Amino acid sequence: MQKLEFFLRRLGTSLFVLIGVSVITFFLARIVPANPAELYIGPKARSEDIARVTKQLGLDKPLPIQYFIYVTDLLHGDLGNSISTKRPITQELADRIPATMELLFSGMFFAVLLGVPLGVLSARSQGKSLDLAVRTLSIAGVSMPAFFLGLILQIFFFRSLHLLPLAGRVTGELRFTDPLTNITGFILLDSLLTSNWVTLKDAFLHLILPSLTLAAYPIGLIARMTRAAMLEILEQDYIRTARAYGIRQRIVIYLYALKNAISPTLTVIGLTFAFALTGTFFVEIIFDWPGLGMFTVRSLLSLDYPAIMGMTIFGATGYVVINLVVDLLQAWIDPRVSLH
Amino acid sequence: MTAIPVLPPAKSENTRTARHVLSVVMRDPLSLASTFIIISFVLLAVFAYQVAPYPEEGAGKTHASNTLLSPSADHWFGTDKLGRDILSRIIVGARPALIIPIGVVLFAVLLGAPLGALAGHKGGWLDEVIMRITDLFLAFPSLLLAMAIASALGRGLDKAAIALVVSWWPWYTRIARGVAVSLRERYFVEAAQAIGVSDAVIIFRHILPNTISPILVQATVDLGTVILAMGGLAFLGLGTQPPSPDWGLMVSDGRIYFLDQWWIATFPGLAIFVVVLAFNLLGDTLRDIFDPRQYK
Repeated sequence: MQKLEFFLRRLGTSLFVLIGVSVITFFLARIVPANPAELYIGPKARSEDIARVTKQLGLDKPLPIQYFIYVTDLLHGDLGNSISTKRPITQELADRIPATMELLFSGMFFAVLLGVPLGVLSARSQGKSLDLAVRTLSIAGVSMPAFFLGLILQIFFFRSLHLLPLAGRVTGELRFTDPLTNITGFILLDSLLTSNWVTLKDAFLHLILPSLTLAAYPIGLIARMTRAAMLEILEQDYIRTARAYGIRQRIVIYLYALKNAISPTLTVIGLTFAFALTGTFFVEIIFDWPGLGMFTVRSLLSLDYPAIMGMTIFGATGYVVINLVVDLLQAWIDPRVSLH
Repeated sequence: MTAIPVLPPAKSENTRTARHVLSVVMRDPLSLASTFIIISFVLLAVFAYQVAPYPEEGAGKTHASNTLLSPSADHWFGTDKLGRDILSRIIVGARPALIIPIGVVLFAVLLGAPLGALAGHKGGWLDEVIMRITDLFLAFPSLLLAMAIASALGRGLDKAAIALVVSWWPWYTRIARGVAVSLRERYFVEAAQAIGVSDAVIIFRHILPNTISPILVQATVDLGTVILAMGGLAFLGLGTQPPSPDWGLMVSDGRIYFLDQWWIATFPGLAIFVVVLAFNLLGDTLRDIFDPRQYK
């Protein structure tokens, strides 16, 4: 019962935040710019275009009605048309979501895979040199600009070692030698489904550097959070009791303590998803990754205002949904969460 | 001539604090290093034009015969595509890299902290309203919000700075509210209320001073984060515009050449990394210093 109430309340807050997101973006799209219609058509606007868009967006009507039109469009999935490609922005975003998701998920995979064990190791050897090394590494991770780390990795792994490809999702020639059937848009998944092993390996190699670049920040945060949570839990009575019973150190740490430290770590993982989303902007530019980030940056450079606003709304909505999922997951894992 | 009386307990309190600060800093080599880096960074920013080997090039003057030189005795960090000395550009660029984040964080604190203190102190519907608005701003990934704002306002350093203030203040509101809530039932706040001190005075004289240490810790870390964010915005073309020296912009410029002329992007990138790292480490050190459990 308590859980259901928590779920409903949490859904309610998310809905409220989403309404707020629409208000703030409305404010940014319609009130902040001196002439919104001109921004929506681009620099070469003719007066009849401006008149048309003014009518279409309802810019001549009172603000509450403008907002109503704005939200109705949003609910219909209509984010307007991109100035540079003339296509619906929803379509542009949908085309690029798989590429970015592939990058985001593999980045977060690396982050959790490296961050959690590093945090545990650091907590286990508190005050020793290993702890100092992990702490330094995790602070270095959050201090490193993604747009710089990407370049360094490229110089090192591509130019010096010739180990990994420079950029892109797959090698161009593979399109002719081993063409890939597009099923989900996720190259790894599609090549696995169609048993296209050459492409699978190639795509995997292409994914390593961008994912690591993206993961640097989350690794740092997750390691720090895991360390802090572990240190707190290792002082608890039940851990001391477990140790006193002579249960092996490894079991105490990885089974008893880590299980309880995972809850705060989950929150951080949710948070870092958002950081990672903006991180993809830089990573995609550097690694020539045809995803949402590259689309956003191109829109920023070409002053494609509807596209920028569309991405802002999409990003904020995605962030709200991710946080909701993380909170619900946390309540499911840790019953104490739904109590307050 | 009247001597200024020095209160003995205050003095011993000060020495104890000073000794505590010193002991924390000296114990940890990382704190020592970060303090050293930040002091050098501030000095470089202040004396930029005296220290830079080629001050005019640092400010943007081009030198056509010196383009894309690799690092040498004359140009320690090499030169860029317009023949400008990269070391000088980094040193001159230290100024905006110091001043803008200080401005952004200061405005974010001035906006956020009093609001948070008000929310936590008054409670009730005012608290609800303020904190829900805060939640809304936190619902955006901060860099995304900053991008949207910066592109609504137009390009430029000032607009990027405004955008960052708008996306940063809610964090300080949260911190200040947390402190204010924990103080609500403390005697000194209740006593002030009982003798009829106004809310404004309670907030500014009694609550806000108590938020200083957590805010200082957060602000120190944020100075680094804002340098990163400004660099990111500049890299995307939304912040500083050329020819002003900006570390993020320099990395962005060097990106095209980096496979052969690696030094153009590498040194400004390192500058960002080292300074942000130092602020993060200093933030950790301050947290250790302010943590009362460390006092013995």
